[in-house]
Amino acid sequence: MSEFLDALRQNAFMQYAVLAGVLASVACGVVGTYIVVRRITYIAGSISHCILGGIGAALYLREVHGWTFATPLRGAVIAALLAAFIIGLVTMRARQREDTVIGAVWAIGMAAGILFIFKTPGYQQDLMSYLFGNILMVTPEDLWLMAGLDVAVIAAGILFYNPLLALCFDEEFARARGMRVEGYYLFLLCLTALTVVLLVSVVGIILVIALLTLPVAVAGHLAKRLWQMMVLAAIFSIVFTVVGQAIAYSPGLPAGATIIVLAGAVYLVVAIGSRLPRRWPSSSGASPPRRGSLPCRRERPR
Amino acid sequence: MTEPVIAIEGLSFAYNGSLVLEDVNLTVAARDFVSFVGPNGGGKTTLLKLILGLLAPTAGSVRVFGRSPTVARPRIGYMPQHAQVDPRFPASVTDVVLMGRVSKAANIGPYRRADREAVWEALRQVDLYAYRRRPFADLSGGQRQRALIARALAAEPDLLLLDEPTASLDVRMEEELYGLLKTLNERLTIILVSHDLGFVSKFVKSVVCVKRRVVVHPTSEITGEMIQEIYGDVRMVRHDHRCAEDGHQTGKGGQSCQNS
Repeated sequence: MSEFLDALRQNAFMQYAVLAGVLASVACGVVGTYIVVRRITYIAGSISHCILGGIGAALYLREVHGWTFATPLRGAVIAALLAAFIIGLVTMRARQREDTVIGAVWAIGMAAGILFIFKTPGYQQDLMSYLFGNILMVTPEDLWLMAGLDVAVIAAGILFYNPLLALCFDEEFARARGMRVEGYYLFLLCLTALTVVLLVSVVGIILVIALLTLPVAVAGHLAKRLWQMMVLAAIFSIVFTVVGQAIAYSPGLPAGATIIVLAGAVYLVVAIGSRLPRRWPSSSGASPPRRGSLPCRRERPR
Repeated sequence: MTEPVIAIEGLSFAYNGSLVLEDVNLTVAARDFVSFVGPNGGGKTTLLKLILGLLAPTAGSVRVFGRSPTVARPRIGYMPQHAQVDPRFPASVTDVVLMGRVSKAANIGPYRRADREAVWEALRQVDLYAYRRRPFADLSGGQRQRALIARALAAEPDLLLLDEPTASLDVRMEEELYGLLKTLNERLTIILVSHDLGFVSKFVKSVVCVKRRVVVHPTSEITGEMIQEIYGDVRMVRHDHRCAEDGHQTGKGGQSCQNS
């Protein structure tokens, strides 16, 4: 641990790495909470894998066609927003086939990315760092963009807290109140896309879902209200990313994977721990009884 | 004579090509207390959603307070079927009831003082004010149901629509809930969906039988034989019961219902 602290004091790239983790964690707490309670983790996974397509296209355009403004992070932002719009429109219009479409977007985005990277000279070995993250490669320029995304995501998440809460709790009721549910849903998917981009720089494309959901899941065992869940999830996420990096440093382990294993271990301990005492039998475990479909339930002698 | 709260004319609704509701004509007057009864899949909830404007009719018209349902929405309080709410959602009772204050217009930023006061008033009406800071997840089934009614009341509606409000309650809680609704009915028009005609008929003023077509009965008309016919033998109701315009008929025999 002291070795990590020394390195942190001496190396700018280590400080960038820690800062990137913290920046990503705050957005992760806010948006990850919405994602978990709205149950769109699978959509977040699809968006994150699509990012490889954007990164690949950006690298290809920059190396082969000399488009210098096509940075991987910008490509990632565009791909993520595009995926969010496609999935959002499809899930709103054609409800029956939404999982098929989400899965297809997931795979096609990745496949496109692999093809682009394959055709870009000299970048094949970088594939691993995009897939599993390489937090030590974060540049000051990336940090500024990340900070900008962070401010936008958090401001939006807080400003629209009430309608997003209503959307996540009971979409149909919100619609009956006249709220523009479709618009807010698309908006939430865009926030998800931007947050996923932030997290990809920390843990990579494949591990994003874990960092998006595990801190929230841990927070869910303690929080009684949605905003508490957000604050706690952000704190847990900061702890996981910083401590994970510290653990990874001395043995030279990949930071992204270490962060996720740490988060997963904490989640397991909390999940098992909360099952054991059964202090809240009314609120834990039991799913609501099925109703409405059982005609014999209401038989009463008259 | 004031204008009716709800006026439905020649309404039909088809879902995926199959007719769910056919040629429905229904008028609900102010301060009526109506129950939609009928078998599952008969179109009770569909009719409720048409009144809310969540669904658009295939043919015919729905007017609520003389306007289209989407325009009338601010005056409608709605309680959906309990099953669609996650009972473990991290929110306090106040958080949940405050959701009754979202609207078409401004939802940005925090709720205002007027919103909170409306919510507290709604919580007092359902006798949950003392529970306002409790997590929603810690409430009992009956309290949760009352919190969702408070959420509908928080909008300060003139018309209250409730979909299966007693579905998860035991008999005692059910009586309590109907008592509450009876009080609310002194100033609100109430429509509720139920598949329990016998119990409901003690409280409501009219019963609307919904099974593709719609037949209206004032509660005074409901006789023991009719309850027997609709609900005495559940199996018979599910397969043979007809709600026809010329009265209630049973299956193949086609004998007329006592009250028609």
